[in-house]
Amino acid sequence: MTVIVPLIALLLIGVSQLVSGIARPTVEAATIGYVDELGGFQQYTSQGNITLVRFDTPEEATDALINGDINEYFVIPPDYISTGVINRYTLEKQLTASPAVTAVINNFLLSNLLAGKVPAATIARIEAPLNLVSTRLTETGAVAPEQGGYGNLIIPFVFSILLALSIIFSSTYLLQGLGEEKENRLIEILLSSVSARQLLTGKVLGIGAAGLVQVAVWVISTPILLNLASSSIGGFVSTIRLPANFIVLAVVYFILGYLLFAVLSAGIGAISSSSREGQQLIGVFTIPALIPLWFTSLLMFLPDNPVWVFFTIFPLSAPVEAIMRLGVSDIPAWQLVASIAVLVLSIIGILLLTIRIFRTYLLMYGKRPGIGEIIRSLKTG
Amino acid sequence: MLAVEVSHIVKSFVDKVVVNDLSFSVAQGEIFGLIGPNGAGKTTTIRMMMDIIKPDSGDVTILGEKLSESTKNKLGYLPEERGLYKKLSVLDSIIYLASLKGMDRHSAEEKASELLNQTGMLPHKGKKIEELSRGMGQIIQFIVSIIHDPELIVLDEPFAGLDPVNTELLKGMLIDLRNQGKALILSTHQMNEIEELCDRILMINHGRSVLYGNLAEIKSKYRSNSVLLEFEGELGEVPGVTEKRTHKGYVELVLDGNTTPQQVLERLVGTRIVVNRFEVATPPLNEIFLRVVGKTHE
Repeated sequence: MTVIVPLIALLLIGVSQLVSGIARPTVEAATIGYVDELGGFQQYTSQGNITLVRFDTPEEATDALINGDINEYFVIPPDYISTGVINRYTLEKQLTASPAVTAVINNFLLSNLLAGKVPAATIARIEAPLNLVSTRLTETGAVAPEQGGYGNLIIPFVFSILLALSIIFSSTYLLQGLGEEKENRLIEILLSSVSARQLLTGKVLGIGAAGLVQVAVWVISTPILLNLASSSIGGFVSTIRLPANFIVLAVVYFILGYLLFAVLSAGIGAISSSSREGQQLIGVFTIPALIPLWFTSLLMFLPDNPVWVFFTIFPLSAPVEAIMRLGVSDIPAWQLVASIAVLVLSIIGILLLTIRIFRTYLLMYGKRPGIGEIIRSLKTG
Repeated sequence: MLAVEVSHIVKSFVDKVVVNDLSFSVAQGEIFGLIGPNGAGKTTTIRMMMDIIKPDSGDVTILGEKLSESTKNKLGYLPEERGLYKKLSVLDSIIYLASLKGMDRHSAEEKASELLNQTGMLPHKGKKIEELSRGMGQIIQFIVSIIHDPELIVLDEPFAGLDPVNTELLKGMLIDLRNQGKALILSTHQMNEIEELCDRILMINHGRSVLYGNLAEIKSKYRSNSVLLEFEGELGEVPGVTEKRTHKGYVELVLDGNTTPQQVLERLVGTRIVVNRFEVATPPLNEIFLRVVGKTHE
């Protein structure tokens, strides 16, 4: 997981470079035929890399298509002005025309329809009327150092998905380890050497350290990968600007999220009779961690909804939610403080509770205690 | 200083009293047998000694103090249920578990090699635990329980699953450890297996003590008033012998209440027979157990 994620990213960059490398020449070589039954479509036959060739009849165009002189052709019918219908003919099996071809035909029709009626510059503007440039201002009216936009969103979103995955993997890993130690009775040797508190703290810190290594590898590899990617994906990646406090908060939430689920897993591992049963039980707790990911699109379009405040403070969903929100909008300081405080308190609280029940149930093989029994043993400890 | 002092411990699970008012002590330099049938409460008693579970009442003192993290390093424990990390190599398993007992890597590795060599397991040190046979795994666990030179070693059913060769090897090592002044507690339901090793025993049944003390004294107390005799020639009437029971290869002579085995021996020497074996009959431990338990049931 630690090294696999950067490796997969590297692979994706490689594939995207390869695909874009293969895709480009076909666009360059395209020649599209057309039959003008309405009349008046003679100009603008050279559209970027695609050349348009006029034919007098559909039969001539079909012959040219079969001979391979053109890649495809379209017919502008006499009633085009009233219907808008263009008939396109191709030898390829495809769902629809490629975006590049559609844009070329669109611009060709538009330019010819407006030719002579408005200035050329206006035609160009009608083709692309909106190039929206947003600028975020601070309260004093100056340009804000942190600008929003999708560039800001992508890293936090990717990071939150990775965090959710890591939480699931590490909880499963801890439960599996503890389950095995219970199943093969190694736990007795461990407990005759260290106390239940030491054993539990060691497991939680071990998983926490593994999380730290993971996040360190990802944080270090991200700039390197972005550099590699920018040569292929182009301008979009260069718009990525991480909020200044993002790295610090992301690391804090990553570690706290890891620790929370580590103590939860240890507690569940103590009371469940096998590692399989433990993995089923932990699912109840990992689902809230994933909930913020389900509402990604809602969060993007309604970033100020009070529901997100709840998810930011509720400890199980807090790590993933907070990291996602950091990419969409600002999180008020009080929410961050409340969220981190609740997380820390939950970790300590669950750790203390787990230590109380750990010793009691660790040696009960093959039988899971009921809720009432657990509550009783929490009281008697 | 006593290695172990257990006083009036009680432990119940749900509604069942598993250990009921048990008291005993183990001195340094002795092998102590904790014996009793399955379900007698032996393992629960050991777990309370090891601080794995807490007694409901009563006290356990180990090496003169209450068990703490530092005392745990002076304990060696071979649990009844055996298990190691299956994917780990033999040497790594030993070193990891020794490190939990406070050993540094270098000395753990050195001592592990020495013990592996002593037990004939050195060629297997690089193998994964899952590749070992059950008996081999048990030897590794035994090594784990003694590698850190503990002062008290508790072995729960140490011979279960071992072949005769390894059983003898283990017995030899246990006697060596006793001679080094270590205290050893052997827990088993196969009572006859540890007879020859133990200096003292505690026999428990249903969580209660039924017999406790020096093994030789217990055996002499429960000995039947008879002698076992292997001989050549004609054995006529022997004064003081009320009954002759013929077994395969030997005869059991049951004495009347006034005659001692010594007197019988003197009388036998006066006859013409050649005596090959003369032994005061003592019952094996499990027979004593059955007699004691039978008595307590009455």
